[in-house]
Amino acid sequence: MSPAVSAALEIALVIAVLAGLHVPLGDYMARIYTAKKDWRVEKGFYRVLRIDSAADQRWYTYLISLLSFSVISIALLWGLLAAQAHLPFDFGRSGMPKAQSFNTAVSFVTNTNWQSYSGESALGYTVQAIGLTVQNFLSGAVGMVVVAALIRGLIRRHTDRLGNFWVDLTRTTFRLMLPVSIVIALVMVAAGVIQNLSAPLDVTTLAGGTQTLPGGLVASQEVIKQFGTNGGGYFNANSGHPFENPSQVTNLLAIVLMLAIPFSLPRTFGRMVGSIKQGVAILITMATLWVGSLVTTMLVEEAHSGAALQAAGAAMEGKEVRFGIPISSLFEISTTLTSTGAVDSTHSSFTGLGGGTLLLNMLLGEIAPGGTGSGLYGMLILAMVAVFIAGLMVGRTPTYLGKRIGGEQMKYVASYILATPALVLLGTGIALLVPTAKASVLNTGPHSLTEIVYAFGSAANNNGSAFAGLNANTNFYNIALGVVMFLGRFVPMALVLALAGSLGRQSFRPDDSGTLPTHKLQFITILIGVVVLVAALTYLPALALGPIAEGSS
Amino acid sequence: MSAPVINKVEPQPKSSGEPHRIGAGVFRPASLIAALPNALKALDPRVMWHNPVMFVVEIGALLTTITVMTDFSGFSVWIAVWLWLTVIFANLADSVAEGRGRAQAASLRAGRDTAVARKLDSTGVETKVAAAELHKGDLVVCEANDTIPGDGEIIDGVASVDEAAITGESAPVVRESGGDRSSVTGGTRVLSDRIIIRITADPGKSFVDRMIALVEGSVRSKTPNEIALNILLASLTIVFLLVIMALQPMAKFSGSTQSIVVLISLLVCLIPTTIGALVSAIGVAGMDRLVQRNVLAMSGRAVEAAGDVSTLLLDKTGTITFGNRQASDLITAPGIDAGDLATAALKASMADETPEGRSLVELCEQRYGAKPPADARAEFIEFSARTRMSGVDLTVPTGTQRIRKGAASAVTAWVAESGGKVSGEVNAAVDEISSSGGTPLLVAEIFEPSGSAPRPTPGRVLGVVHLKDVVKPGIAERFAELRKMGIRTVMITGDTELTAKSIAAEAGVDDYLAEATPEDKLAYIRKEQTGGRIVAMTGDGTNDAPALAQADVGVAMNSGTTAAKEAGNMVDLDSSPTKLIDIVEIGKQLLITRGALTTFSLANDVAKYFAILPAMFVGVFPGLKALNIMKLSTPSSAVLSAVIFNALIIVALIPLSMRGVRYKPSSAAKLLSRNLWIYGIGGLIVPFIGIKLVDLVVSLIPGIG
Repeated sequence: MSPAVSAALEIALVIAVLAGLHVPLGDYMARIYTAKKDWRVEKGFYRVLRIDSAADQRWYTYLISLLSFSVISIALLWGLLAAQAHLPFDFGRSGMPKAQSFNTAVSFVTNTNWQSYSGESALGYTVQAIGLTVQNFLSGAVGMVVVAALIRGLIRRHTDRLGNFWVDLTRTTFRLMLPVSIVIALVMVAAGVIQNLSAPLDVTTLAGGTQTLPGGLVASQEVIKQFGTNGGGYFNANSGHPFENPSQVTNLLAIVLMLAIPFSLPRTFGRMVGSIKQGVAILITMATLWVGSLVTTMLVEEAHSGAALQAAGAAMEGKEVRFGIPISSLFEISTTLTSTGAVDSTHSSFTGLGGGTLLLNMLLGEIAPGGTGSGLYGMLILAMVAVFIAGLMVGRTPTYLGKRIGGEQMKYVASYILATPALVLLGTGIALLVPTAKASVLNTGPHSLTEIVYAFGSAANNNGSAFAGLNANTNFYNIALGVVMFLGRFVPMALVLALAGSLGRQSFRPDDSGTLPTHKLQFITILIGVVVLVAALTYLPALALGPIAEGSS
Repeated sequence: MSAPVINKVEPQPKSSGEPHRIGAGVFRPASLIAALPNALKALDPRVMWHNPVMFVVEIGALLTTITVMTDFSGFSVWIAVWLWLTVIFANLADSVAEGRGRAQAASLRAGRDTAVARKLDSTGVETKVAAAELHKGDLVVCEANDTIPGDGEIIDGVASVDEAAITGESAPVVRESGGDRSSVTGGTRVLSDRIIIRITADPGKSFVDRMIALVEGSVRSKTPNEIALNILLASLTIVFLLVIMALQPMAKFSGSTQSIVVLISLLVCLIPTTIGALVSAIGVAGMDRLVQRNVLAMSGRAVEAAGDVSTLLLDKTGTITFGNRQASDLITAPGIDAGDLATAALKASMADETPEGRSLVELCEQRYGAKPPADARAEFIEFSARTRMSGVDLTVPTGTQRIRKGAASAVTAWVAESGGKVSGEVNAAVDEISSSGGTPLLVAEIFEPSGSAPRPTPGRVLGVVHLKDVVKPGIAERFAELRKMGIRTVMITGDTELTAKSIAAEAGVDDYLAEATPEDKLAYIRKEQTGGRIVAMTGDGTNDAPALAQADVGVAMNSGTTAAKEAGNMVDLDSSPTKLIDIVEIGKQLLITRGALTTFSLANDVAKYFAILPAMFVGVFPGLKALNIMKLSTPSSAVLSAVIFNALIIVALIPLSMRGVRYKPSSAAKLLSRNLWIYGIGGLIVPFIGIKLVDLVVSLIPGIG
């Protein structure tokens, strides 16, 4: 089988699995957020933690619960990282410096998983397992509960009660994240991912050099790293490391895992709002952007210019030969479009335009399909922008699913659209004005600008992948990116919950033939247009000076 | 039934083959020049501040001007000039919109200011005072050729009034004390007879005052959708400010620091100036279009709500059918002589001045030769919406004869009260008339003999009057159009269920409310609103007031009572019930115009990036030349061309924002496709062509090209 055919078959396989999976998984998730009964284990859990599972929280109580939970999580993780020298299985590793551990703690709690450290040398097994892995579960679940609350705002009437944060969080963890992770972790172990508590082993290689073979509880973290769209690698090489991602099989499994929840949530949405068609429209929008990005990346990576690349036959530097260009492209566009940020190749080594596409993927706002929960709520916000503009054009006060998009809603929607670009642009601007920050870049010319824009784009959108080439372990980047990650996660969430509250308070206006239909191809086209236009207008200057300048030279 | 009184026959819907379309207002280029002084006055930052988008442009123009002074170059002078022009063009749009109302306001004001009132004091002595000094409760007298000095209600007399000053309609209307035709408007003129009016508005609060304020745009507050749109525009402006703020460090890092002038030019081109400049003019022009159709909206909010309407409550009479139903036949009850029935019907209708009443009198006299009684003392019972009957109590030497005519159910109940029964034949006749679309009126009598221990005879039904109602031609097609727009039409009528059903079927309405009392209307509106629907209705009587107030859009007839006018949020000066449909379409057109120009404005940015970005950075990255797809001659001319295009497009779109975009009633999906093609795709392509054309001219300027 030629490489092209095998790659095509692999991509087709991923799509087929997702197509088959999204219906049952989406329906199952809808049941999680609508079920009346608690599981026995959950009841016990609520009793121990004194949670009133019947309480229905107003939007701000929901938000305060979410924020307190997240801030406490950051504090705990920060402490754990600082104290790791005193924990078992530390293998002599010292506590992480303050700025770096702040950055790491925020990073894992915000589902970003940006890493300014190298996993195999900086962290012991205990911190990896009870610090990072635990947050991989919880931060993904926090994203999910926010979208559940938003959907409730869309379907409820005359109330701004959006459910119970603690119940939603517990259910997401117990009913979805844990069972899937346990099963798939066993599959991963069987496929060759390591899972042990052995100390790192120094060996002498055939060539006479020494090499350290690391150990650790990798498989258990690897599953949730992908499934919760976290992306923080156990090892520095992330999914390029053979112990973390040993084969084509685990590579494809990783891709399916990171896309599974985000691509199934539109079904959950359709199920919960009582119109599968509405969910399908969102799914098609996401899928179209995903396919468009995949095709673009593969084309620019195969159609390489430059003598060295032509001689090599493809832009293979920084990519794993065992995966090849199409599958590396598939992995990287999926990781940048899902807020996962795990990598199996180096983004810096992509061609100018290929790297630019990966950057643009994140800058779209992590919505195609985006992170667990965050992808869907981001897309729904853009859908409301599309509804607003298109709705005016049909001569009606715009409504989405029977809810008016008026001044109050627009305030939250517009602030959401504003928040992330503000963080990316201001962050980049400030970094370029601070001499030490500017000195962190490895390359020169437009490529180095891309490195900085990429770092802030990745942090603000909670992706976590790095472009490489930027020394991010400086006080400036650890603190600046930490703050950007925190704001990039929780400001949009607060706006989404406030929006959900304001939508819930409204009554419901039934659709008629004078209402803009939001499930037809026409609306999907407008929505794609809005997504691309908003991102393009905001980031075109940055892209022009970085990747486009590099790619067109 | 209480037919709304129609002053003149409604013009029929256009019968030309062309589909119905909301027409455009007039726009004369000369009005741009006339509006210039006001546009310059509005450059005051304290005024500009209210429009954040254009305020940013003004600050940019100011900074550029300062740059010209400190660091002179021909290029910056050109940019500064065009940035100022951008702001002025935006103000021009506003002042053109407001200027259109001003002429109308001036003529209204002239009539009001010169009027002299003949005030009556408590003893009935007449004094002359200025109209502006009249207060609520004052009594004034008006005779032929007097101008009515203020809004009021006629408390005595009847007069024909020329309302042309308000409605532009030269045919005089009759106004009289009592009933639903008693209200008069200040500024109108009495043509004949003498009336005494009680003033109902304090100085400065009269109808004309409100009208002047409205057409001048001085009381315009932002509508909900406009507020939402402004929030979106403001946030886009902030995004682009951030883009420009981050661009300079990036440019410096790339070794190509940009001048302030170029950065400001890019900013102005990117922020949504086109829609930002026109958004308030669109709102003013929308109100103006209503005024041109003789509708006065009390708030912009009401106009917007009109576009959202999903249920229209329409009075059957005058809207769906011609108002004047004719009595066409009398059907006697078993054992009753046709002459007796005709005489009774005649007696009951002598005081009935409605067209139905008059037509019944005519029928009885001409076909049956009935004559009014000469010897009886008559006490007339007026029609009321509650009893749904009218009639007469005649005192004759032998006793009292009570005759009633009215809706079948009401008369049946009246007869039953006194122990009478309605025969099967009568009921059959009623049903037959109803199912044929006609209106049956039952005529019944009760005789109370005088003398000791009077025992009234049981009431008996004498017969049935057949009133014929004609559905207006073309109305069914109009309702079909409304249905496509997602609007349900509901026919309101005092007729019986059967009659209503038959007419409803003929006219093609979606629902009907038969034997409707004011309470029924109110309940129906509430029910619709609970279901999330937006309801519009027209009304004129005092008993319509609660329903008018409850409806999201309540259009009161100008001929109606003061109570009705105060309860509604619009007044139709022509008192035409069909106007409601026009109002809905104007509301929609207003929203569509805003949406279309927003889309156009945003789509424009793509071309502007393609003009300016390569111009800025082609020096350091020659590869970016590929982005210069318009092949603009030099970087300077590219930037200047984009700025000039950005300014000119505002002027070019002023007529469109005044007229409103073309609107043809159709489904949401169809409307959207059309507007997306024109304003979305058009918005992408037009600036590429426009900027290129401007560049061809600009490149001829020495030092730029």
